[in-house]
Amino acid sequence: MRQYEIAFILAPTLSDDEVEQSIATYREVAEGKGAQVVQVDEWGKRSLAYPINKHKEGIYTIFTLEEPEAEAVGELERRFKVTDSVIRFLSVRIDLDLKRMEKFKSRREKRNAVLKGRSGEKKDQPEVAKD
Amino acid sequence: MIRRRKYCKFCADKIDYIDYKDIRLLSPYVPGGSKIIPRRLSGVCSTHQRKLATAIKRARQLALLSYTTESS
Repeated sequence: MRQYEIAFILAPTLSDDEVEQSIATYREVAEGKGAQVVQVDEWGKRSLAYPINKHKEGIYTIFTLEEPEAEAVGELERRFKVTDSVIRFLSVRIDLDLKRMEKFKSRREKRNAVLKGRSGEKKDQPEVAKD
Repeated sequence: MIRRRKYCKFCADKIDYIDYKDIRLLSPYVPGGSKIIPRRLSGVCSTHQRKLATAIKRARQLALLSYTTESS
């Protein structure tokens, strides 16, 4: 299963209702194409680092999708391109990176366990837990 | 003059996945949102520098970081 992160910025001129509506629509589109929407992250209005289409602010939303093929991603991108109220979007495939992260994590844990075992049983240092 | 030894912050903090959405993490490597600081100055290891660069570029696309220092 591939995992994608799709971020899009809506124009700040939209009303709250319109924003909610379009987010719901995109969600339906994604689900209609057989993707699972794992997470919807709404950042709300944020100032942009540089103006896009003369807008200085944007409404950020980030979807996390899971699907076997990139069908929903393609469909969403096509719609984003057509819709004027979406001023910017970015889709990134993240499952490979997450897998890599898991690999590193397990490797580190294994190494730590070995080091801990080597340092002797008498001093049991508490492990520095990070993230 | 003895200079402090540089180290890779991402290795030290055990950050495996550099998220483009985490601007607070990225911003020290793009002063003023302009150039990405080279490895020889920041001490970031090559693996993390590569990931950092893509993360910064993604953040720029989403207007989380600026491409230029000059603000309009």
